[in-house]
Amino acid sequence: MSNQTKRTITERRKFLSLMAQSVGLSALGGMVWTGYLVEAKAAPLLLRPPGARAEADFLKLCIRCGQCVAACPYDTLMLATPGTQKPLGTPYFIPRDTPCYMCVDIPCMPVCPTGALSEEGISVIEKGEKQWAIEKARMGLAVVDMESCIAYWGIQCDACYRACPVMDSAIKLEYRRNERTGKHAYLIPVVSSDACTGCGLCERACVTEKPAIFVRPHALAQGDVGKHYIKGWDAKDVQRVEHLEGLETTVTNRSKLSPQQYLNEGGLLDD
Amino acid sequence: MIDFLKRHRFMVARRLTQGGLLALYVAGSVYGWTVLQGNLSSSLVFGVIPLADPFALMQIFATGAWVASSALLGAVIIVLFYGLVGGRGFCAWVCPMNLVTDLANFLRRILLLDKTERKVWLGRSVRYWLLGLALVLSFATGVGAFEMVSPIGILHRGIIFGFGMGFAAVLSIFLFDLFALKNGWCGHVCPLGAFYALLGRFSFVRVIHHQPNCTLCMKCKDICPEKPVLEIVGKRSGAITMGECINCGRCVEVCEDDALSFGVRRYIHQNQQE
Repeated sequence: MSNQTKRTITERRKFLSLMAQSVGLSALGGMVWTGYLVEAKAAPLLLRPPGARAEADFLKLCIRCGQCVAACPYDTLMLATPGTQKPLGTPYFIPRDTPCYMCVDIPCMPVCPTGALSEEGISVIEKGEKQWAIEKARMGLAVVDMESCIAYWGIQCDACYRACPVMDSAIKLEYRRNERTGKHAYLIPVVSSDACTGCGLCERACVTEKPAIFVRPHALAQGDVGKHYIKGWDAKDVQRVEHLEGLETTVTNRSKLSPQQYLNEGGLLDD
Repeated sequence: MIDFLKRHRFMVARRLTQGGLLALYVAGSVYGWTVLQGNLSSSLVFGVIPLADPFALMQIFATGAWVASSALLGAVIIVLFYGLVGGRGFCAWVCPMNLVTDLANFLRRILLLDKTERKVWLGRSVRYWLLGLALVLSFATGVGAFEMVSPIGILHRGIIFGFGMGFAAVLSIFLFDLFALKNGWCGHVCPLGAFYALLGRFSFVRVIHHQPNCTLCMKCKDICPEKPVLEIVGKRSGAITMGECINCGRCVEVCEDDALSFGVRRYIHQNQQE
């Protein structure tokens, strides 16, 4: 009787239950860990060094060695430390403190051992030779807050415009008549996403207490129009639509008829 | 003094190595010395030779990314060195966390915390589960899972580039080892240590036990942070072959009977070793 109620604990049973315990605990720990990882890598407000791959790929590749940080002659780059809610150990910079001075030899990029910072996109082939082209970097995009930019008030300020290393193409000044005084001009800074490198020299130079021009990663600084708006005055844009998939015209019973048919052959009066 | 140095020769050598490497890394970052630049994740020696943490690379591969060749070469160099020569020596001779956990261990001994401790509650195989988990999670989340939390990385980067709140992580490891579990972090939890234990399993430099000299005083087992590796002590002669041995040499130092020494493991004519 006692033999039937009391099960023997065999080696196999021991092994299986130990495995089950370990797998269970691993699953538990794994879920907590995953939660942390997903949170940590979602921190979106970081500006990465020039040549950094798209954020998701950058996070995969960055081995957190700090060689880019050490190579930067201006101490622009920092490694994220715990408590800052940034992915641990990855390089970033805060332009208002120290912007990227866009060294022509880009010392931070070639030292990256993993390729998280790559020459792709910031080099050009010139006369058969590869040359760094820092002005092609796209670390982020400068955004102007019109309400706190004093140039929009009519006060003359071109600090960001003059600080910009790709002056007159990344930031242009747009002249507008100042109706209030009737005899002055507004000098409005306008950022072009085609040329802005995201170096942050403008943000650093901005005279307002909290900068009215600031650099944000592209994902945060830019909107997305979608595919269905067409610049009818732009032949290229019209062509684009011709080859576009996924754009469908909604067809209803009414719209099956041409407008003329619809107007002349009824529909209007019948309703 | 001479006697103290003799009885702590490997300890002194280890501290000099650990401290020297840290000093070179700091000098590389602060003064731009080119002897050793970067950190334990990836470094450059004399501006030429790359080194890279193979476990970090494995996590990167698990995310589905492929690294540039210099990191790959760096990892191969490390794998060859520890796989053939150093065994799990990284843990005892290089890793800065060893300074923290050894301090906790030292305090445990002089405060007699060992004697009043509860039974071990965390198995030594936990680290292997965490090693596997780190790779699975790297695959699942697309970011090196252990690198995102590694207190070793936090500590080493902290010393070289600044801590932030990172000291809290290091302090918690210290307290864990001091009050919660003997050799808690390195002996039970650390997946990087587990990785080097697997990597260094067949390396050549080993602690060798000469059984006829052993008086079963058990001093070596008292001091060893990876006690199970010494299972042959007093039983039979041979090399300490378990990968978990960190080659710290503490057992060799404390043995007063010349029963333990460093040596090269012989795969051929193994039965002539006695």
